[in-house]
Amino acid sequence: MSHYPPDAKWHEMERGGIIPQAGNAEEYHVGGWRNEHPVRDDESCIDCLFCWVYCPDNAVYVKDESVKGLGFSAEHCKGCGICAQVCPKDCITMVPGGDFEDAGDEPEEA
Amino acid sequence: MGKEIALEGNEAVAEAMRQINPDVVAAYPITPSTEIVQAFAQFVADGKVDTNFVAVESEHSAMSACLAAAVAGGRVMNATSANGLALMWEILYIVSSLRQPVILTLVNRALSGNINIHCDHSDGMGARDTGWVQLYAEDVQEAYDNLIQAVAIGEREEVRLPVMSCLDGFLLSHSYELLEVETDEAVREWVRPYQAINPMLDIDNPQTFGPLDLYDYYFEHKRSQMEAYPPAKEAIVAEGKRFGEVFGREYGLLEEFMTDDADLIVIAMGSTCGTLRDVVAGLREQGVKAGMLKLRAFRPFPAEEIAGALAGASAIAVLDRAASFGAHAGPLYHEVTSALYTFGEQIPTNNYIYGLGGREILPEDLQSVFTDLTQVAEDGQPVEPVGFLGLRE
Ligand code: SF4
Ligand code: SF4
Repeated sequence: MSHYPPDAKWHEMERGGIIPQAGNAEEYHVGGWRNEHPVRDDESCIDCLFCWVYCPDNAVYVKDESVKGLGFSAEHCKGCGICAQVCPKDCITMVPGGDFEDAGDEPEEA
Repeated sequence: MGKEIALEGNEAVAEAMRQINPDVVAAYPITPSTEIVQAFAQFVADGKVDTNFVAVESEHSAMSACLAAAVAGGRVMNATSANGLALMWEILYIVSSLRQPVILTLVNRALSGNINIHCDHSDGMGARDTGWVQLYAEDVQEAYDNLIQAVAIGEREEVRLPVMSCLDGFLLSHSYELLEVETDEAVREWVRPYQAINPMLDIDNPQTFGPLDLYDYYFEHKRSQMEAYPPAKEAIVAEGKRFGEVFGREYGLLEEFMTDDADLIVIAMGSTCGTLRDVVAGLREQGVKAGMLKLRAFRPFPAEEIAGALAGASAIAVLDRAASFGAHAGPLYHEVTSALYTFGEQIPTNNYIYGLGGREILPEDLQSVFTDLTQVAEDGQPVEPVGFLGLRE
């Protein structure tokens, strides 16, 4: 859902093309751009949250200040690889292929 | 009541800015507009205004800072010329797209190359598609009056567009003329307080400005921007009238000087209209049915009004103080002839390019235009597509 319905007419636009609504990045899905996807090795992760801070699309799930056990948002990850670049422990690998399972921000059952 | 004093064009503009007392001025110096910002910076230093003055490292930064300050919610002003305007180019479009009524004084100067600091309209004409309202002044009084009106025009609720208030470099910017300067109170009351729409500093209502806008909505946004220009045209007339009611000097989109029964009409913008006025009056004394159409608002372009004012003439000349390289005539000629064609007027029209890089335009040059027009009226067709005034040929 974006701010405007897809068939919105020109006279229904906001003045100056602004988006008068906060947090709308969530509605912008760039998952379709991806041709590789990040995979994290939780063993060496130190939960520094660099990946979470640097991700340009808020695609790194975090809960209680920890990314461990959580994945990435399939709707929002565009496969740019920035998270893998900034990780000080090199624990994120970009794997060829766009498809991956999005388990949400609930930790998987052990 | 105001007082009559002698000021240079640049001083008069700085004085108007002081009276308007904008929230932010971000500027970078360039001849011949430098004095405006210099004088205004002195007002800031002397505590005569409440303005936040931002000294920046380029015109691109100047207009970027102006845009940001306007989006934040402030009343914002700036001044530049020629290459300085060219460096602002990218941001000019963004300011108008975001519907921010930033006010820019453009002291018209020739664009390089070669380097020339003197007057022509190549800078303003080049910016004709940027979405800015453009007013051109004939004299120092009008430059002062136009800047005050620019604020009211741009800030009208249904308009909210940036305005360029243009005056001829050196010819007006550095010429002393007697003018009526109104009182600070009267000017401040006339421009009214400014209330931004959707200011970014309204932190209880967060919004996104200038987002990525691809093939799905960009076209609709551009179309909705176009909707601001007919009200801008009405605003120029309404504010010009309101200005006249309060200060006694009324303005419109254009001024028709002796055009009512005129056979031969010359159209021009800027300080040349002063010379033209004298030449037309002189020709009238000799029994020539001459007239002048002074164009004050170039954007929005008053196409219908121009066609209406020219209807009935037997020959027309359009004076362009800019070249449009690769086009078959100057920029103003294209707009005027397109207006005539669109509104069904078939009148032979000459084009003259003059005054590039500050080349003088003399009464004799303008008289020669009317001599040509007499022939054009007889023949029923233009003498030649483009003529040049004051060129060694
Ligand atoms: S690949 Fe890019 S978009 Fe995807 S999670 Fe990493 S930083 Fe975010
Ligand atoms: S940047 Fe690397 S170490 Fe830091 S939280 Fe992300 S995956 Fe873990």
